[in-house]
Amino acid sequence: MHELPITESILKIVLKHAETNNVRQVVAIHLQVGKLSDLEDEWIQRYFDYLSKGTMAEGAKLKIERMPIMLQCSACSTSYEAEATKLGDIVCPNCGQKDSTLLSGREYYIKDMEVQ
Amino acid sequence: MEDVRLIEVKEEILADNIKVAAEVRERLRKTKTMLLNLMSSPGSGKTSLILQTVANLKDSLRLGVIEADIDSTVDAEKVAARGIPAIQLRTGGFCHLDATMVTQGINALAVSNLDLVIIENVGNLVCPAEFDTGAHKNVMILSVPEGDDKPLKYPLMFSICDLLLVNKIDYLSLSDFDMSALRKRVLALNPRIVILEVSCKTGSGIEGWINWLKREVEAFKGLK
Repeated sequence: MHELPITESILKIVLKHAETNNVRQVVAIHLQVGKLSDLEDEWIQRYFDYLSKGTMAEGAKLKIERMPIMLQCSACSTSYEAEATKLGDIVCPNCGQKDSTLLSGREYYIKDMEVQ
Repeated sequence: MEDVRLIEVKEEILADNIKVAAEVRERLRKTKTMLLNLMSSPGSGKTSLILQTVANLKDSLRLGVIEADIDSTVDAEKVAARGIPAIQLRTGGFCHLDATMVTQGINALAVSNLDLVIIENVGNLVCPAEFDTGAHKNVMILSVPEGDDKPLKYPLMFSICDLLLVNKIDYLSLSDFDMSALRKRVLALNPRIVILEVSCKTGSGIEGWINWLKREVEAFKGLK
């Protein structure tokens, strides 16, 4: 359900950039979403199609790039990638410690957009 | 056919919420009002925990409660009946609170006279984890009937919280809930989290929660 406010925010940002760049039509939007973020690609496109009706972004395709979950070891500072479902079991590949901080994997980011 | 060109956007989608959340935190730091965001599934005991907390702390701390529900005011009425200022935010179908909604809540509560404001977030282990409310501390409840596998299904929620309360421990003898497996799973996701076992019904373990809360409020106010 949180796809709806996120989609509203995407549309707001996209239309702001479209206006300042003299865009006629937004064709595609490139999003970067962390693998830890629970977001259904299909729903976000559906909400976007609904919300963008009658705007310059109507019909734009959302291209979602899933960003890896990166951890940094608290003991030796090595950074390494983890899968969301295996977060509980993973240890630092360098020193074997479990204690780590999250470097990335929660992002909701608009990278760029294709326009005409 | 018109040429397609690329425009760099480079913006955080949730930037507005991140900014409002930081404003909430700073505003409450000035009035020395600690804001605590309480999250859990529906029915795991958020309102019961708040009522227990009110009963234990209303003589020593000035409390306020922000209740969020999709569409009802029953929780705020229960809290207000105990003589504590409570405001009900109806989220109108939204599955979580964001920092702007919390701002409305703290505006309505006259927070500058309060030591601790507890937000009862919408019952949901997914969406509330994604939205910063502006709280200084995030606390979640997992109740025994929900099962010990929840950290595997909702890792983000467990990884953002400062404290986990395992509620309804009076049900432990009736279930196959494995407390040590749960602790292992949670600590692997979040080594800094504090885990306390409680029963809001029998009062077991509540003292530990109240002591944690008192310490955190004192530390926040800089009394220690």
